[in-house]
Amino acid sequence: MLGLYRIRPNITVSSKVFIQRDYSSGTICKFQTKFPSELESRIDKQQFEETIQTLNNLYAEAEKLGGKSYLEGCLACLTAYTIFLCMETHYEKVLKKIARYIKDQNEKIYAPRGLLLTDPIERGLRVVEITIFEDRSIGSGR
Amino acid sequence: MFFPQSCMMSSLQMRICRKESSCCVHIILKTLFFFLCRCPYLAVHLCPAIPVFAVLLFLFVMAMLLRTSFSDPGVLPRALPEEATFIEMEIEAANGNVPAGQRPPPRIRNVQINNQIVKLKYCYTCKIFRPPRASHCSICDNCVDRFDHHCPWVGNCVGKRNYRYFYLFTLSLSLLTIYIFTFDIVHVVMRSMNGGFLNTLKETPGTVLEVLVCFFTLWSVVGLTGFHTYLISLNQTTNEDIKGSWSGKNRGQNPYSHKNIIKNCCEVLCGPTYPSVLDRRGLLQEDTLISSSNPVPQTTKTTAPLIPNEHTPDDAKPSIAASAEKSPSPKEEHPAATKVPPLASPETDAETSIAKERAH
Repeated sequence: MLGLYRIRPNITVSSKVFIQRDYSSGTICKFQTKFPSELESRIDKQQFEETIQTLNNLYAEAEKLGGKSYLEGCLACLTAYTIFLCMETHYEKVLKKIARYIKDQNEKIYAPRGLLLTDPIERGLRVVEITIFEDRSIGSGR
Repeated sequence: MFFPQSCMMSSLQMRICRKESSCCVHIILKTLFFFLCRCPYLAVHLCPAIPVFAVLLFLFVMAMLLRTSFSDPGVLPRALPEEATFIEMEIEAANGNVPAGQRPPPRIRNVQINNQIVKLKYCYTCKIFRPPRASHCSICDNCVDRFDHHCPWVGNCVGKRNYRYFYLFTLSLSLLTIYIFTFDIVHVVMRSMNGGFLNTLKETPGTVLEVLVCFFTLWSVVGLTGFHTYLISLNQTTNEDIKGSWSGKNRGQNPYSHKNIIKNCCEVLCGPTYPSVLDRRGLLQEDTLISSSNPVPQTTKTTAPLIPNEHTPDDAKPSIAASAEKSPSPKEEHPAATKVPPLASPETDAETSIAKERAH
């Protein structure tokens, strides 16, 4: 993902914004949809909220307690958890989906605006890190 | 068992290693003795399936023990410098101007979960606000998500990711111990019927010792399994039980419980398999190729002293801070012998020691 910025040597990191976790629904993985003021000049509030909401929905899907997750848990227990040597867990499948979604969002929406979303899994599922880039060739600030 | 953030082998960890290996050795020896001395007689005179089932159960116990010991309990990685600075700025903005000489207010965030106010505490070692149910383990020197306790017999913390393996380990060990105990008694009874009790004791030395060992192991392991079954049905952790977070006047207010025993059990034992967030950090180091004009000094993390946890009494803080050493970076190695064990707050130390006494 950072390759987008390597070909433009005048790009520098201006600052980073960290979207924190929202624990109001318990310990499930959910991020706050509050729009940070640093992004006001860069991106639409609606667009940002939509991205975060989709991420929240994806994490909710990964952590959903239901028939499928119970079945996976029971099957794994019966095989002394050796089944995970050949099978991917449901959570891992959704994490791949999330990685693809973030890459897609970065390419289509965030990179053209000089922003970069970092996959929360690389920050311990604690924050969504948004890097704000500045193009020196245009002039200071934006 | 040993994670990048605390790679040193202090004398404390050597002791823990010994406890874990003694636990392993105890289980192996007991089963081996049963297998070699009792099973031939029982297989011939009773049923050949007896040793087969014993082997399967033993393999399951060892698999669960190794899985608990060597899996990531749900360690929360330390905040990178920029994230730590961002959080510090937010805290300062929230606190406003503190007059010189006055203690700044404790770093706490309040969050409402299911109509219950939960306090999120700031971890000075990891530089993060701990998620609900997370706690900092002083032995592993890491924040662990859904921290239950640090188990010296298993040599690892028990947390969100490996609690089910720990529970299955204690459950299967209980079953194995009951199984061996029962068939030891059956074996003695059967031999006594043929040749008299005293003759049996002469022919099979070690019977008395093994029965006694099994008997005492049984009570502690079955007791531990029972305790954890109780915790699971209420969706509580050992840590919360010890602190009395959801008991006494707070009884029935556990915001994490589904108020349904079966649902609680299903969530804890058959819930989703959470990913480890530790491995990725190894990959991350190669990725930061963007030249940064960020004014945040990169030395912040490596030179900042270990600040005592906010649980430490305020008057103890200056003395702890004075003897503090540099916070280790993930790749740094430290000499084991002279190194002071990771700074522990009295509370986390008390928690782990009480957990040990209570649980074992």
